[in-house]
Amino acid sequence: MNLALHYPILQVIIPMLVAPIALLMPNRKLAWALATTTSLCAFALAIAIAQLVLEGSSHAYPLGDWPAPFGIELRVDSFSAIVLIIVSGASTAALLAGFQSLALEIDQDRATLFYAAWLLALAGLSGIVVSADAFNIFVFMEIASLASYILVAGSSDRRALPAVFKYLIMGTIGATFYLIGVGLLYIMTGTLNLADLEVRILLVEDQAPILMAAGFISVGLALKAAIFPLHAWLPNTYAYAPHAVTAFLAACSTKVALYVFLRIDFFVFQRTLTEHASQFSIYLLPLALAGILYGSAMAMREPHTKRLFAWSSVAQIGYIVLGASLISNAGLSAAIMHMFNHALAKGAIFLAVVVLASQCSTLGPNALNGLGRKHPVVGIAFVVAGLSLVGIPGTAGFISKWLLIEAILDYHRWSVPLLIVVLLSSIMAVVYVYKVCEALFFKTPDTANSQPLPRLAVVTVLVVSAANLVFGMAPGLPLELANSAASVLLEHTL
Amino acid sequence: MIVLDLFHYWVFITILMMGFYTVIAKQNLIKKLLGLSLFQSAVFLLFIGIAKVDGGTTPIFHPAIDTNVFSNPLPQVLILTAIVVGISTSALGLAIVVRIKETYGSIEEDQIQSEDESE
Amino acid sequence: MSLLHPLILVLLIPTVGAVAISVAGRFHQNIREACTFATAILLALTVWPIAIEVAHGARDSVTLASLTGNLHIVLHTEPLGALFATLASSLWIVNSLYSVGYMRGNKETHQTRFYAFFAISIAATMGVALAGNLFTLFLFYELLTLSTYPLVTHKGDEATIKSARVYLAILMGTSITLFLPAVIWVTSLTGGEFTMGGVLQGQVEAPTAGLLLALFVFGIGKAAVMPIHKWLPAAMVAPTPVSALLHAVAVVKAGVFSITKIIIYIFGVEWLFSLSTTQWLVWITAFTIIAASIVALRQTNLKRLLAYSTIGQLSYVVMATAILKPMAEIGAALHMVAHAFGKITLFFAAGAIYVASKKIDITQLAGIGRRMPITMGAFTVGALSMIGVPPTGGFVSKWYILGGAFEADNFIAIFTIIASTALNAAYFLPIIYAAWFLPEDLAPSKPHGEAPWPMVMAIALTALLTLGFFFLNGPVIELERQLVGGL
Repeated sequence: MNLALHYPILQVIIPMLVAPIALLMPNRKLAWALATTTSLCAFALAIAIAQLVLEGSSHAYPLGDWPAPFGIELRVDSFSAIVLIIVSGASTAALLAGFQSLALEIDQDRATLFYAAWLLALAGLSGIVVSADAFNIFVFMEIASLASYILVAGSSDRRALPAVFKYLIMGTIGATFYLIGVGLLYIMTGTLNLADLEVRILLVEDQAPILMAAGFISVGLALKAAIFPLHAWLPNTYAYAPHAVTAFLAACSTKVALYVFLRIDFFVFQRTLTEHASQFSIYLLPLALAGILYGSAMAMREPHTKRLFAWSSVAQIGYIVLGASLISNAGLSAAIMHMFNHALAKGAIFLAVVVLASQCSTLGPNALNGLGRKHPVVGIAFVVAGLSLVGIPGTAGFISKWLLIEAILDYHRWSVPLLIVVLLSSIMAVVYVYKVCEALFFKTPDTANSQPLPRLAVVTVLVVSAANLVFGMAPGLPLELANSAASVLLEHTL
Repeated sequence: MIVLDLFHYWVFITILMMGFYTVIAKQNLIKKLLGLSLFQSAVFLLFIGIAKVDGGTTPIFHPAIDTNVFSNPLPQVLILTAIVVGISTSALGLAIVVRIKETYGSIEEDQIQSEDESE
Repeated sequence: MSLLHPLILVLLIPTVGAVAISVAGRFHQNIREACTFATAILLALTVWPIAIEVAHGARDSVTLASLTGNLHIVLHTEPLGALFATLASSLWIVNSLYSVGYMRGNKETHQTRFYAFFAISIAATMGVALAGNLFTLFLFYELLTLSTYPLVTHKGDEATIKSARVYLAILMGTSITLFLPAVIWVTSLTGGEFTMGGVLQGQVEAPTAGLLLALFVFGIGKAAVMPIHKWLPAAMVAPTPVSALLHAVAVVKAGVFSITKIIIYIFGVEWLFSLSTTQWLVWITAFTIIAASIVALRQTNLKRLLAYSTIGQLSYVVMATAILKPMAEIGAALHMVAHAFGKITLFFAAGAIYVASKKIDITQLAGIGRRMPITMGAFTVGALSMIGVPPTGGFVSKWYILGGAFEADNFIAIFTIIASTALNAAYFLPIIYAAWFLPEDLAPSKPHGEAPWPMVMAIALTALLTLGFFFLNGPVIELERQLVGGL
């Protein structure tokens, strides 16, 4: 039996089946160990899938051997591969770094439930990425979202509760809009399989419901992806969630929503709706620019460190949408590459916060003062991650920024304003990253107490920070996958 | 005629907007959740409404039935899943509201916000 | 591509040295200082043979990494870069000697951090000198900004952090908003490789060329062309060894070197000369020279005066390049060397005066020449070099620049050189006169002599180099003739 054929379903099934087993674990340590091992397996699977699809091929997996379009189909190609690596990598890193931090924040009697929810979130996110069926994506999307709500609500900070309530409301509205869109598509074509939809939509005469479906699906997914102006749930959710959860979600949850957004739009709508390519750009481009500027501006004036970087995420999502809305090979490559690089940079930053937060009781505005000087290794890792976020050459963030600027220069019509926005926001990024780094190194610490740093967490932070440098100098695998993904997407346009 | 022909779509839109309005406009968290449930129920109605085929009967194979016009079973199956998702969401939302009441003492959004800001 | 390729060694030695210094710092300070000297001497021994080979016409290049389709990290050798690398690496040895005296004499804290980041900054400088394409240049340029930041904030107090913010803001701001887009633009058009004769001719029209030149000149903030000059006085909060090597030699020279290299190897001197949209560069640099000299006249803090003098002198180099005639190009390269020797002497002297007497103001320097004869003697030599009086090195470079200006009938340049010579004399000569010939205003609280001997040795060495450059500039001229040979 060729196990490689079953990788797509294994990616989803393994975390899903281990989740109830985690519930049965007698104590926190075993539950964590189980979750981490499963996450590592998922990561290894993701790398294996990436090797499989490197040449640009795609592997379809009909569930239960029911042929598409009657059965539900899973499909992996290079775009899925890179997002799977991001998801499983983020989960593994956050779990490895988060053991002590989560031990402090989650009650003992809830710990097993928490880790079970984590595994369900991992299963849900992986499921979204491998699904090739519109409704199946909805189901996995809700599994992932519900599990994320549970993860965020586990925080010991009570402000997480109104934040996660808002997240729940907005997330459910988004998912429901998506469902309406899928319903409309089903009404017009009679199928839910993405590949089949692409063919059948061409035969539909009345374009109005298709247009409406595109609108509903786009708005719904934009809510999930925190594209401006539907980003309101993000800052507080990231700020008050348990630190390891923030590291996990910040690195991957919005990326998955963007993945679905791009896939459905390119696979289903680009060829069918007239003028869709330019509509896509015209609507998304201004929103991307607004998100970039607004997110960066809010980050500059935010005193709370985690919320500052949450606003930074809004801006970075704007970069990804900007690259995608250029609808060129260069633009899409830049966008997908930035998904990966931002996950690396933001993940490293929030992982460093996980480590440093072990030194302060609450993460108020001045909580991180002076911690960089006391613990220089983590401080330097933080600076490296911050530089990657800004896009200094030699770091991963620079590669995607370079690709993005190259794509903008090719775009001719609006090159100059777009370029100005990107460069301006880079300067704003320098300002807010500098603000945090200055506080870390030059301000005097509030408390004199100093507990030993959790060693596994420090190692994880160092590895992820180093990855920023490694992928900045040798972007090999992610770049190949991103380029391949961009061509796959563009194959489906006019 | 347009109203009568597309009756189920009008119902869908009305309930959708009622639910949406409730979610946005009401301050009480439970009311928001109720609005969300309404919102989701409207979508269920949309799917089920389109499943009905004119002159179609229940989609069950039985030797006694000799027609070959059946209503579409697929949307009904989809909606079963969506209903389960909706129930889980409502349950989770209500659990969060209970926790909020425990820690904040109130389930009115404006009161919670002012408590957070004064912190 | 073996790890022992000389070009790679040039980057590797200071980097490994930095690690060694950090480790050695835990043991004993003498071991740490020994590491610094060993690294510096090893580096100079690696760079000198490369420079000699380049002088004989050899060229070499190595690709360190290939990132994407047109992003490669490439190092190569050519006359200008070889000269810069030799200058920086050789002066590092002298500067290390000086630093030892300064840091110990002043009982500075965090000395290991200082020496380690110094080594990294030198590594970045080597990268700038040997960069083979625009992307590599940009990469090491940014690394230089980042690695000098901890040196500028060495003292760690409130005022230092404020000034360091200005430093970082101006340098990062200009490089990200102006330099980077220009780099990406040129690289996507032409690949960005540094090629003799330039790569832009035929690829862009005249107005675009003018725009690109502006992006480069103002984006390369380290060249301190006005109005991007405020960072230099702000950086004077750093300890004097930092000001001496970095802000007289490495950082600022990296700036003017980059502009010169880009003008010669990306734009192409002949093509640039034929365009009318690029003549504004001479005007801007002339303005910078005069304005900086006037501001320097009004400064009383010695280091700030030297900072403004540096701004003016840097624009000499850029103006010389902008004259776009062979003799002026050689003059630009010569001035890089002459100014380096002279300015490092002046900063060394300023630091020595501070360590010995805690004086930082030029009004306090009356009569100090009799207490610190070697230091003030060196200061005099350095100042004369800035003015351009024979037998100092500054005279030679001014001669060539003036010659090139005459060749090009560039009256702005001629006028500026003459006027600024007078202005330089106006602010340097009173200091020298007061130091030697005036009686002391008040006797110092405790009598002092010269600064610690490592500092005095270093000062004497660089003063000798300044004098020596007047006589022994032949090899440099031969080296740089290769630069203009193709013109």
